[in-house]
Amino acid sequence: MPDRIVILGGGTGGTIAANRLRRSLPEGRADIVVVDRDDAHIYQPGLLFVPFGMAAPSRLVRSRARQLLRGVELVRHAVDAVDLGAGTVALDDGSTLGYDVLVVATGATLLPDETEGLTGPAWRRTVHTFYDMEGAAALAGALARFDAGHLVVAVMDMPIKCPVAPLEFSFLADWWLQRRQVRDRVRLTFVTPLDGAFTKAVCNRELAGLLADKGVEVVTEFNTGTVDGEGGRLVSYDGREVAFDLAVVVPLHGGASCVARSPGLGDPLGFVPTDPATLQSKAHPNVFVIGDAADLAASKAGSVAHFEGEIVAHNIARFLAGEPLDARFDGHANCFIESGFGKALLIDFNDEVEPVPGRFPGPVGLPLLRESRLDHVGKLAFEQIYWHVLLPGRSIPGVPSRMPLAGKRLAAAAQTAGS
Amino acid sequence: MPMTTLAGTDVDVDAEGFLTDASQWNEDVAAEIARAEGIEELTDRHWLVVQVMRREFAEKGTGPAVRALGKISGVGIAELYHLFPKGPAKMAAKIAGIPKPRGCI
Ligand SMILES: Cc1cc2nc3c(=O)[nH]c(=O)nc-3n(C[C@H](O)[C@H](O)[C@H](O)COP(=O)(O)OP(=O)(O)OC[C@H]3O[C@@H](n4cnc5c(N)ncnc54)[C@H](O)[C@@H]3O)c2cc1C
Repeated sequence: MPDRIVILGGGTGGTIAANRLRRSLPEGRADIVVVDRDDAHIYQPGLLFVPFGMAAPSRLVRSRARQLLRGVELVRHAVDAVDLGAGTVALDDGSTLGYDVLVVATGATLLPDETEGLTGPAWRRTVHTFYDMEGAAALAGALARFDAGHLVVAVMDMPIKCPVAPLEFSFLADWWLQRRQVRDRVRLTFVTPLDGAFTKAVCNRELAGLLADKGVEVVTEFNTGTVDGEGGRLVSYDGREVAFDLAVVVPLHGGASCVARSPGLGDPLGFVPTDPATLQSKAHPNVFVIGDAADLAASKAGSVAHFEGEIVAHNIARFLAGEPLDARFDGHANCFIESGFGKALLIDFNDEVEPVPGRFPGPVGLPLLRESRLDHVGKLAFEQIYWHVLLPGRSIPGVPSRMPLAGKRLAAAAQTAGS
Repeated sequence: MPMTTLAGTDVDVDAEGFLTDASQWNEDVAAEIARAEGIEELTDRHWLVVQVMRREFAEKGTGPAVRALGKISGVGIAELYHLFPKGPAKMAAKIAGIPKPRGCI
């Protein structure tokens, strides 16, 4: 009898895990079942470009089923909850699915309602987000009409998907407003709960410099308690205020609601406590986690889900064979940061090594942590790589799951650590 | 690592004054850090949060950020800011003698 591997979520991580497992496990070893509520797979990194008219929403969506290799079954239902003890998943139609191994790949959920006032009367009028398709499309309309006033980009709180995306939005807004020749009539402010643009020192210095060059003001350690849409202001828990004419917010994130409904599976925010090295859940040995659903310190990014894919597939094969889990994830993340005017920066880092300058993946590769045309082209190329290399569960030639050290100028990090 | 003496106890601290060894902490140390941060007296509500911070650190290796702290402790975010005006996660971590919570990035 083949074992049954059930994967909850057919987004980036679930698709990668399913296809990697299909490819690596011998024929007949396991049935692989992916559960997702719909058949619309969105290329989320493309949402950044929608408000600026640089990407058409319809072009970012493809069939989930078609991203899965033959032999992987897609069950189109919403997951209600998991029963860890019984080893079953309850679906919204009342049926249950048994599993030998479960992979949680239900991602992160936006929680705009958890911030007071955020979804009030001004929501989608002067208060927007580009973190989902509907929001990104609505923001495109609002931006097209915006030609003077205070544009505020605000992160409600961490963790969020792709932590650099709001910075990229600020850079692109500066470029876009200049192109429309209204930049001098617009004040642009970036509001963050963190104590800098980015938490890692070397990268923070570089990005803070870019923000300053582009005339973007930065408000740090601002934890938004209330969004007063009609009054046009953000109010922090410690009583500070930022006035706005147009606010672009990144709402609070939590885990999927089905995780919260599953006793023993999630933490208070609905993320799944996960061993950072083996990617096995802490709740139960036959439950593994990939992507944004995990409670890891690693970034919530598609590149991270990609690197995790190899580890998860390997460790599940070991688990099924009754052998100790020996693949270890290092927190590797890799992000292109679009900076406007046809340029971007690339950062590559893991749990131990912060983003530093140099080249990637080796000494003759793409520039790291420095604006360049090459990295912008890399960012655009990522879309094709996503559909044709990442999702099918292949490795990018020359880019290992384990973060490469060759090409990195590690002394840059040592210097700030010492200062 | 600089060393300093708080409430008669020798403790190792980082550049921002966070204890680097949570086992050197005791309640008198907590009270003294709190006073330096402008909290004259730690109430039961403060101690509840401090205890949650230490327990979470022992379990997970880092203190929670403010939202998770709110959910775990049952103390609402607005009250957390009232108790620890300079930022609950950071301030409570400092008083609880654990490292500054890692930003999740
Ligand atoms: C604006 C934006 C820009 C980004 N830019 C980048 C970038 O440049 N580079 C990068 O690497 N990453 C980027 N990301 C992040 C990246 O898209 C995510 O990290 C990645 O998609 C995570 O994959 P995942 O599988 O964990 O979650 P997802 O891909 O979100 O998939 C989760 C799936 O679970 C399903 N699901 C949830 N609950 C249920 C349920 N109860 N029943 C059934 N199905 C359920 C959902 O339908 C969904 O399909 C960006 C994200 C955003 C929003």
